[in-house]
Amino acid sequence: MIKKKIYDVVIIGSGPGGLAAAVAAKKEGAEDVLVIERDTELGGILLQCIHNGFGLEIFNEDLPGPSYAQRYIDEAHELGVESMLDTIVLEVTPGRKLFASSTKHGFVEIDARAIVLAMGCRERTRAMIQIPGMRPAGVYTAGTAQRFTNIEGKMPGERVVILGSGDIGLIMARRLTFEGAKVERVLEILPYLSGLTRNYVQCLQDFDIPLQFEHTVKFIHGKDRVEAVEIAQVDKNWNYVKGSEETIPCDTLLLSVGLIPENELSRQAGVRIDPITGGPYVDESRETNVPGIFAAGNVVHVYDLADWVTLAGYDAGKSAAKFAMALKAKESAHIPVKAGNNVHHVVPHTINKQNLTNDEIELQLRVVRPIEERVMIEVHDGENRIARKAARYARPGEMLTLVLKERHFADVEKADSLTVDVNPR
Amino acid sequence: MQEKYDYIVIGAGVVGCIIARTLSRYEGKVLLIDKEADICMGTTAANTAIVHAGYDPLPNTLKARMNVEGNPLWDTLAGELNFPFERRGDFVVAVGEDELPALETLMGYAKKNGVPGCQILSGPEVRRREKNITPDVSGALWASTGGICDPFAVTVAAAENAVMNGVVLKLNTEFQDFIMEGDRIIGIKTNQGDFISRWVINSAGLFSDFVMHQAGVRPEFKISPRKGEYFVFDRADVQIDNVLFPVPSDKGKGVLVTTTLHGNTILGPNANIIDDKEDTSTTEAGMNEIWAEANKLVPSLTKKYVIATFAGLRPMGNGPCKTPGVDYNQDYIIEIPEEVKGFVNLGGIESPGLTSAPAIAQEVVDLLKDAGEEFKVKKDYEPIRPARPRFREMSQKDRKLLVDMDPRYGRVICRCENVTEGEIIAEIHAPIPAITYDAIKRRTWLGTGRCQGGFDTPRVVDILARELGVSPLEITKRGKGSEFLTRPTKKVEK
Ligand SMILES: Cc1cc2nc3c(=O)[nH]c(=O)nc-3n(C[C@H](O)[C@H](O)[C@H](O)COP(=O)(O)OP(=O)(O)OC[C@H]3O[C@@H](n4cnc5c(N)ncnc54)[C@H](O)[C@@H]3O)c2cc1C
Ligand SMILES: Cc1cc2nc3c(=O)[nH]c(=O)nc-3n(C[C@H](O)[C@H](O)[C@H](O)COP(=O)(O)OP(=O)(O)OC[C@H]3O[C@@H](n4cnc5c(N)ncnc54)[C@H](O)[C@@H]3O)c2cc1C
Repeated sequence: MIKKKIYDVVIIGSGPGGLAAAVAAKKEGAEDVLVIERDTELGGILLQCIHNGFGLEIFNEDLPGPSYAQRYIDEAHELGVESMLDTIVLEVTPGRKLFASSTKHGFVEIDARAIVLAMGCRERTRAMIQIPGMRPAGVYTAGTAQRFTNIEGKMPGERVVILGSGDIGLIMARRLTFEGAKVERVLEILPYLSGLTRNYVQCLQDFDIPLQFEHTVKFIHGKDRVEAVEIAQVDKNWNYVKGSEETIPCDTLLLSVGLIPENELSRQAGVRIDPITGGPYVDESRETNVPGIFAAGNVVHVYDLADWVTLAGYDAGKSAAKFAMALKAKESAHIPVKAGNNVHHVVPHTINKQNLTNDEIELQLRVVRPIEERVMIEVHDGENRIARKAARYARPGEMLTLVLKERHFADVEKADSLTVDVNPR
Repeated sequence: MQEKYDYIVIGAGVVGCIIARTLSRYEGKVLLIDKEADICMGTTAANTAIVHAGYDPLPNTLKARMNVEGNPLWDTLAGELNFPFERRGDFVVAVGEDELPALETLMGYAKKNGVPGCQILSGPEVRRREKNITPDVSGALWASTGGICDPFAVTVAAAENAVMNGVVLKLNTEFQDFIMEGDRIIGIKTNQGDFISRWVINSAGLFSDFVMHQAGVRPEFKISPRKGEYFVFDRADVQIDNVLFPVPSDKGKGVLVTTTLHGNTILGPNANIIDDKEDTSTTEAGMNEIWAEANKLVPSLTKKYVIATFAGLRPMGNGPCKTPGVDYNQDYIIEIPEEVKGFVNLGGIESPGLTSAPAIAQEVVDLLKDAGEEFKVKKDYEPIRPARPRFREMSQKDRKLLVDMDPRYGRVICRCENVTEGEIIAEIHAPIPAITYDAIKRRTWLGTGRCQGGFDTPRVVDILARELGVSPLEITKRGKGSEFLTRPTKKVEK
């Protein structure tokens, strides 16, 4: 359950970037740190990456994705990071207000002193690379197929062609083979591998899965479910090589054709996006152009190793905590002056503690209702009276004043806030 | 026991559904059938979604009359059925001096067809109204009564209202043949058994030729599918809010640059005659053609922001125009033929068939009246079909109220289009239950954004399985044969 409405640091997304940011923010001294995650568990994409290959850089160990994530989840819990799961952030304003929604917590509005964007990325789709043909079931991005297989425990298909030699595609080739599916072919339009060489060796070579460079899918057949794909070789300009066409019968086409940072929220918040990376422009502290909004991980640019994302997340979390603490210090240097009983408003709204020196401070106020008898204007800190002044009457049309003098300053300095009341004597 | 009806409507596209809804106003039993797993899976599922003003069809054709009679009926239809509809107006854009005379021709058609609100604009005026248009624009015809709609929403709303008013809908039910008694049709044979009826109405779209031939009507009539392909853009990156036609050619109205009601810019359609009525594939040649054509109107487009492509088939017929002296062989057929009794025959309802649908339905009722049918309005006829909440379109304040009332609306399942679990559940249990992924997609617009269902698909499969009480393995994209999943994995290593 969410307890407070103002957090020091709110982190959107709980992948390695978000988790590291949360841990670092806490360690840097931020008190109230909240992670909002739209999935039902913390961990981000790592949860569906049940293969090894994580942690070599940071832990010098070869861990599966969920175990890698668990280390940070445990640390975050120990440090007292709060989380809201199954909750999606729908809007972030430049003033660092967030609107989020879930079944459990309802529709909530949250204020943050600093925000870390850690929404990760999404996969490029069939339409983005414009593969012609029919639009049947059985065309999946590799990540969606990975989720079906590893999280839902269901097979997305039996005879598979994979387009793109990105890491997720290579890993899925092996994964589906383990499960008894037949991976017919992996196709890559470029003349070289787009994923890691170790993945090529461990996922394709070891399983005799053929990989063809400079090949692509030309047409998808099948009305209801994929029935076949027509493939072809391409030349340097990506034109089909005549006569190279081949039809491969299959029921599934997986796409591993690139990732795009997920920045719809960032844009709403006024964060400037680099058209080359698709992610926010950030400085070395990982701050975006919007003060107090930081970003780390695949939301900034696509990483090949989760370990690097973790390190970027640390930076962002630390910077966000610093920003939030500085803001908080500034906020706490100011004592709010509140309109109390029968007071419409008081100016000034706050008093800066640093200015409690020799000068007097005049409070100017108006009442809500007229009182046609002697009144008392009183300033208190919620419990103790700090100053008071009498007046013959109080009328909304006539401004009242009360001057705080040096002798009041010691009490003022101790107060969390001041309240002004105007009552009949 | 055979089921007996007064009217059977074959085909639940926009035309069949609005006919069924119009008939549901009156006493009498109506059956609406479609061979697919959901309504609106034919031509109505893939078109440009424009409610045409009526300056395009050749004057004195039935097409022209249906268009011009149909257009003004949309305001009431949208009001009663609670679907979104906007009269944005549209432009026919002339590029270069050569194309200017075409505008005069259309203006002449507009006058003859009786289309209000048309005007010829100068090149600079067109540029002022739409800054993305090519600097070579020489002028445009502006038609203020042009509108845009969401054809799925229209069809679903009409069918739902029909069902509310007693129409029986049977899906996965394929018409195969007529049951005759002499020269009178007394029912139909389908893959789900026989149904008896006094009247059968043919609104089978691409397959209307097959249906009429089974009745022995117009053996020479032939539907030639004419494919139209489209590009859809991410609305965050490309926003052209106007409806821009090129000047028409012998291939029809040409490739538009236009917008959907949801704010996505779309390009298309081209027009190529093909053989296979099921071939809704996109083609490389077609996509190149559209791109080249659209860039003539708006040169600043870039392929980087394309999020979807699709194609639809126009049911182009060869029906002769009945008006003496008009030489036109692609007119609509809307008739009660003489050679058989009990048959209302529609054919060749291509564009502007969506626009015309409410007028076509009225025409069908009028023909039936002429044939001696009596129409008595039902006492309990309910013309209003209530809308269901759409989270995406709400203010943050209204969202909060909705989620407070029913927390299931708080869980967002489609991250791009912001469609919630509450909305999906409501559609699964609606008067016409949405039980496939595509059925939910069409009703809620889930999965139509930039990630194209990558995020929501596993979640929707889960929700459908849970709500329908079946295994996720049985959940389909568009009906039997389009299952998403094949079997459980051996074991889940976690
Ligand atoms: C399918 C896939 C498989 C991958 N496999 C590997 C691999 O095997 N090895 C490897 O090293 N790297 C892999 N990567 C790269 C991997 O994503 C990164 O290394 C790392 O996980 C990125 O971390 P992140 O924190 O930036 O993002 P993610 O791990 O993607 O986490 C982002 C989180 O933000 C949440 N989120 C987004 N928007 C919102 C919102 N509006 N409200 C609430 N929550 C939100 C998401 O649900 C997600 O949990 C893979 C990437 C993908 C997409
Ligand atoms: C590319 C394109 C662009 C267009 N643009 C516009 C536009 O902007 N504005 C406009 O007004 N119009 C437009 N149109 C035309 C419009 O889409 C059609 O005129 C309209 O959708 C036709 O509706 P329908 O109900 O007759 O056909 P359909 O929607 O095809 O419905 C026919 C139904 O009959 C069913 N059926 C067929 N055979 C059988 C059988 N044997 N048994 C049971 N059921 C059967 C099918 O499954 C189908 O659901 C366009 C068309 C295309 C293709």
